[in-house]
Amino acid sequence: MSKPFSSPKTGPSPQTGASRRAFLQGGGLLLGFALLGAGVKPTLAATDPVAGDVTAAFSPDAFIRIGTDGKITLILPNIEMGQGTHTGEATLIAEELEVGLDQVSVVDAPPNDKLYATAALGGQATGGSTSMRATWESLRKAGATARMMLVAAAAAQWSVPASECGAKLGVVTHQPTGRQLAYGALADAAGKQAVPTDVKLKDPSDFELIGKSLRRVDTAGKVNGAVIYGIDVRVPDMKVATVSACPVLGGTLQDVDEKAARAIPGVRDIVRLPNAVAVIGDHFWAAKKGLEALDITWNDGANAKLGSADIMAALKTASEHKTPIMARKEGDVEGRLKAASKTVEAIYQLPFLAHAPMEPINCVVHVRADECEIWVGTQVPTQAQAGAAQVTGFPLDKIIVHNHLIGGGFGRRLVAESVAQAVAIAKQVSYPVKVIWTREEDIQHDLYRPAYYDRISAGLGPDGLPTVWIDHVAGGSVLGNYIPGGWPDDKLDDDAVEGAVKPPYDLPVIQVDWVRQDPPVPITWWRGVGSTHNVFVVESFMDELADAAGKDPVEYRRALTKNQPRAAGVLELVAEKSGWGTPLPAGSGRGIALHDAFGSYMAAVLEISVSSAGEITLHRAVVAVDCGIAINPNTVEAQIEGGLIFGLSAALYSGITFTNGRVDQSNFHDYRILRNNEAPKIEVYHVKSLESPGGIGETATVSAAPVLANAIFAATGKRLRSLPFDRNQLKSDGADKTSVSMMPPLSVPVLAALATSGETGESEPEAA
Amino acid sequence: MIALNVNGEDRSVDVPEDMPLLWVLRDVIGLTGTKFGCGIAQCGACTVQLDGQPVRSCVLPVASVGTRRVTTVEAIGATAGGKKVQQAWLDLEVIQCGYCQSGQIMSASALLERNPDPSDSDIDAAMSGNICRCGTYTRIRAAIKQAAKA
Repeated sequence: MSKPFSSPKTGPSPQTGASRRAFLQGGGLLLGFALLGAGVKPTLAATDPVAGDVTAAFSPDAFIRIGTDGKITLILPNIEMGQGTHTGEATLIAEELEVGLDQVSVVDAPPNDKLYATAALGGQATGGSTSMRATWESLRKAGATARMMLVAAAAAQWSVPASECGAKLGVVTHQPTGRQLAYGALADAAGKQAVPTDVKLKDPSDFELIGKSLRRVDTAGKVNGAVIYGIDVRVPDMKVATVSACPVLGGTLQDVDEKAARAIPGVRDIVRLPNAVAVIGDHFWAAKKGLEALDITWNDGANAKLGSADIMAALKTASEHKTPIMARKEGDVEGRLKAASKTVEAIYQLPFLAHAPMEPINCVVHVRADECEIWVGTQVPTQAQAGAAQVTGFPLDKIIVHNHLIGGGFGRRLVAESVAQAVAIAKQVSYPVKVIWTREEDIQHDLYRPAYYDRISAGLGPDGLPTVWIDHVAGGSVLGNYIPGGWPDDKLDDDAVEGAVKPPYDLPVIQVDWVRQDPPVPITWWRGVGSTHNVFVVESFMDELADAAGKDPVEYRRALTKNQPRAAGVLELVAEKSGWGTPLPAGSGRGIALHDAFGSYMAAVLEISVSSAGEITLHRAVVAVDCGIAINPNTVEAQIEGGLIFGLSAALYSGITFTNGRVDQSNFHDYRILRNNEAPKIEVYHVKSLESPGGIGETATVSAAPVLANAIFAATGKRLRSLPFDRNQLKSDGADKTSVSMMPPLSVPVLAALATSGETGESEPEAA
Repeated sequence: MIALNVNGEDRSVDVPEDMPLLWVLRDVIGLTGTKFGCGIAQCGACTVQLDGQPVRSCVLPVASVGTRRVTTVEAIGATAGGKKVQQAWLDLEVIQCGYCQSGQIMSASALLERNPDPSDSDIDAAMSGNICRCGTYTRIRAAIKQAAKA
């Protein structure tokens, strides 16, 4: 008979900080380098990289380890959550180290803010499409440095000049004699070589790995269930908890009657937190049944009557009456507006969004007498560590964080509040606890992408092109969540206007400002961050201007990108590949959106049709991208395909609303995600470029909502300015305007019956 | 005590009858390849096969499994169809975060088992119950077609 967690054999052997440290020490070559400080030289990592003296002048933040057995390990601070960053970073090192990608393995770095701080994000973090951009120089330099030391070691052994030696696939060869030594055999001697200061990088035309679609390094264990996400961690004597926070955001726990829950077999403990209650059981099912059996009384608090309409009304009032913070003002805005032959203005509204990554929020914690050990997949391991230190009162070096592969981040795992909660639960018991949120808890206690209310206007000249452009953004400060003490009232939050402040167009007279209106609910970043919000407004409005000018949307953008060569490049490519201007059947339309974000340029065309019932079918998407040098073109394409679908999901279906302070949505039946049968065909084309790599993980998400809005307009003549798009507005006259044209979710009992009867349980493919 | 056959192995588990198979697999037997995503059969991350039929294990009471053989992603590679699906998934680089892919692979291999040459609408019908938040759908479709040809 099997018992829950009785046998540690079925789980991973729990790593301890000590074993991690041991792993980083030992023989061979261990080269530490600064992933982000391009001016800092690599150095031999003689000190322990976990507990090393980080106050020294040089602080390595990543490591190449070459063992005497020839094993090459890269210890990298950026987290893999599906975006391919481990593959990309390993490619950069391998290119200059002269090894194949199949010769290296990648492990996550342990948390250490001083060592791994990502300059762009402040603190060790993976987000904002920064990884490849931030590491382009430093990783190649590190690889080259290690290679030079290995070559120098071989040259010394053979008593020949290093210039006569070359390296390839992990072997150094003395060219004149053909003598060879493998890296493993050289590792010890290389570790005693001086670290070279003059490191020359390959010319891009000599790249052998960069620019090739190499096999990802993280996928083999993802087809057979072998990889361990945070939620899969099992440690000896572990119990499982699930938790319910006060359903009214900001409310607290008043009282709980535990009697019925205690009677459920397998329920072990019931733990109270100031704003939540958790039930711990032998397994998740016992915990969940126990939680459902609790009779909980909440103090609803200040948000007891809060509704979405109140939040949007407050945003509107703020937008119209509060003094904005200027983000950019150039030229005679007022004068141009007066002189315009035509003015166009519009209001755009965007909803709160949940992240809903497939892996629900979870965290394994063991709080011992003097230390706290955590297993979790997080984009911000140092925040997780700091939160745990605060909850336990232990110093940081007594908080051991094991980071795991992430089953979807999208910004959700850029906050670690759930880790602090898990620690607060585990602190009250002696054994390790795995806390798993239900999907309902995940949707209803997320930190949301903020809602926005933006007023945008332009004056057009006699040629129909904009002579002045004014974008008033109103919404909360996301950056404020990351700054101790909050965001200063009079300071611009760049994230709020990202994507609005510098559109890739010739717009010499421009004003972009921001009114801050923080919502009474928690907010954070969401895939595509500021640009996902602002480019929807900018690119929808650009289409409105083209329409007002009586011009073709591509033609109109072409006229405005004469001095924007990279923007013009993707625009022309997408127009050509999509067959822009060729006829489509009645009820169909083609939309375009152009933007730059994270250092990459993208133009997308989407073909859709809209039925008389207002249902939207996505047929074909064509995307042109200039992301500089594409380190792994296949990964770039995968990120574009997925990112586009992620954004289309949101534009078609997603919006978090509130009634009486509670989130109205709860699971995938009412927080819909695009399904396989709804996805369009997607083609991706590259503009060849030798620019430094741009970010790519979020770029296509940014394109999604505006390209769909513009396609809807092309198909129906209706301009939808509020997300998610309301199909009722697209129904032809005479159609029933009261029914909602989304797939009706199957009821839970029906699905359960399907499951038990051996049917597949799939819903009928809808004609959405 | 409930008797189960999981991946060809007879097991006996002491759990409540209404406990979903998902949690028996994950928390009792220790097979964590099958994933929890929604708990209401909406996302398909928990898909396993019973006698080759895909089912959502998150809503399947363990007592209702009976004598049907349970196959999880850990063992699907031992079937000819499952192995082809896994290989196509790797060859076409379907996977991003990978969390939903256990369920996708279980649904896809069950589809190919009963329909060796699925059309687009067959794929729609078989795969629309499996959500992928990373949006790997176009590659899933292509990989199923490639596996069918393999």
